[in-house]
Amino acid sequence: MRTAFIDQLIQEAEQQDDIFLIVGDLGFSVVEPFAERFPDRFLNVGIAEQNMIGVAAGLALEGYNVYVYSIGNFPTLRCMEQIRYDVAYHDLSVKVVAVGGGYAYGSLGASHHATEELGMLRTIPNMIVTAPGDPAEARALTTFSARVRKPMYIRLGKAGEPKVHVNSIRTISEGEILTIKESETAKVALMTTGAMLDYAVRFVENNDIDSSVYSCPFVKPIDTAMLLQIGKRYGKIMTLEEHQLSAGFGSVVVEQLNDLFAQGKLERYPYVVRRAIADRFLSTAGSQQYIRELAGLTLSVLDFQ
Amino acid sequence: MTSKEFARQIKLYSLGMVHRANSSHIGGAFSMTDVLAVLYHDVMHYEAAQPLKADRDRLLLSKGHCCTALYAALGLKGFFDIAELETYGLNGSRFLTHITHHVPGVEISAGSLGHGLSIACGIALGAKRKGENFKTYCIVGDGEMDEGSNWEALMLAAHHKLDNLCLIIDYNKIQSLGATNEVLNLEPLHAKLEAFNWHVIEIDGHNHEQILDAFQRIGREGKPTVIIAHTVKGKGVSFMENRLEWHYKSPNAEQYEQAVKEVNAQ
Repeated sequence: MRTAFIDQLIQEAEQQDDIFLIVGDLGFSVVEPFAERFPDRFLNVGIAEQNMIGVAAGLALEGYNVYVYSIGNFPTLRCMEQIRYDVAYHDLSVKVVAVGGGYAYGSLGASHHATEELGMLRTIPNMIVTAPGDPAEARALTTFSARVRKPMYIRLGKAGEPKVHVNSIRTISEGEILTIKESETAKVALMTTGAMLDYAVRFVENNDIDSSVYSCPFVKPIDTAMLLQIGKRYGKIMTLEEHQLSAGFGSVVVEQLNDLFAQGKLERYPYVVRRAIADRFLSTAGSQQYIRELAGLTLSVLDFQ
Repeated sequence: MTSKEFARQIKLYSLGMVHRANSSHIGGAFSMTDVLAVLYHDVMHYEAAQPLKADRDRLLLSKGHCCTALYAALGLKGFFDIAELETYGLNGSRFLTHITHHVPGVEISAGSLGHGLSIACGIALGAKRKGENFKTYCIVGDGEMDEGSNWEALMLAAHHKLDNLCLIIDYNKIQSLGATNEVLNLEPLHAKLEAFNWHVIEIDGHNHEQILDAFQRIGREGKPTVIIAHTVKGKGVSFMENRLEWHYKSPNAEQYEQAVKEVNAQ
């Protein structure tokens, strides 16, 4: 995803001379092509994330469309107040891009587990919060972000994620829920955000499960009209995310469906099962998939019965 | 009007605001008023009718709790109808009791400390990259220099030789719970800032000649400039001067009358 992001950002920067990329001394073998192509629109601020976001806000005040890039918690949790106050309150065009969402850097430990930031960021007014599911979604969101002058967060995976979307996504609109697989006979809708998408799709295919699958790159806002259709259509909705159970993507789905029910738009209260990290830190080394399994981020055929 | 008369007017309006709204921070507003008056009277380029004009000089008040002085300065210079200051802090007013960018002429909102200088660095860097000639000023409090983000920004500004950036430290020596040298000592401040590769100027922050002279010397050494303005909290009102409680207190009717009398006598 990070390669798709930087490659697409370069393409956007060729078209838009206001795109500016800041890094917090991270991005080795990723950001160099941008830095070489657009040296006047690139800055390494050093290992100083609070200042990084403030500088980004200042550049945005001067008309730049600013991207800040770093790992997981560093451009998010470390400088949450700068994001809230300098960027979001002033409604500035700063795009916070984190590489290593979820357990992508699992063996590095809790410092590198980006598993709370979606929840923290989505409570902040003006913020658009996204987590692409594969490289095609990462590209589409990068293009979207280049055209939107709003505060935004993009949670990337790492590198080498499989492509789930067979074709590239031409455009993506704000809040869009992407249909990966839709079955007329399915009783269950599986909804994912971020890099859990590939696991979810493979699980459904490998186990020959009759389930629809939706990828939700937008944690906030989310297309409630589409969500309403999903809520009406399926007897059960299952959410899957690489994030704490509290305040994450599953919470978004529950909250929105609840509100649709409360507004009288849904006749039946939806049955939603949220699969997320159960309010815990993990301190065991292993691959991303190994740690996901330890955290309980797996599906079972029983989930679809 | 001289800059001194302008400063006096700023103080009178500030007193009225905090008195009516029963709000805090008059001490820190008065310590920086002379610097602010010289900036808006003699130094900065701006057009009140076009507060977002591209080539304006920018002032970021990072010690946003001392907003009354800046609101008064902007009102007196015609950025908005100065009568609106009477709503300050009252129900429904846009004049919040920490500085807000929803008021014309105010570049950024500030309330949480340690934010303004980083943003000022971004603005100054953006100006450099775009070849623009305006200057960016940022006023911080002395206690605010406890914030680590300021020291991140100090390094960045010097590294990128932001000689279009000027930081003013309102060094009134008193922070929220005590004297700065007792809470978290900033000294040796001059040497620290010089070691961070800034052009350091130290002045009496109430002497208008020294203030103006300092602003005329900024940007000369290919470095960002920091002006350490030695000031007095509550300057100009005998019962407020150097008194920590005027970080919090609002003058009652009697104190208000007395303060107005003393400011008018200057």
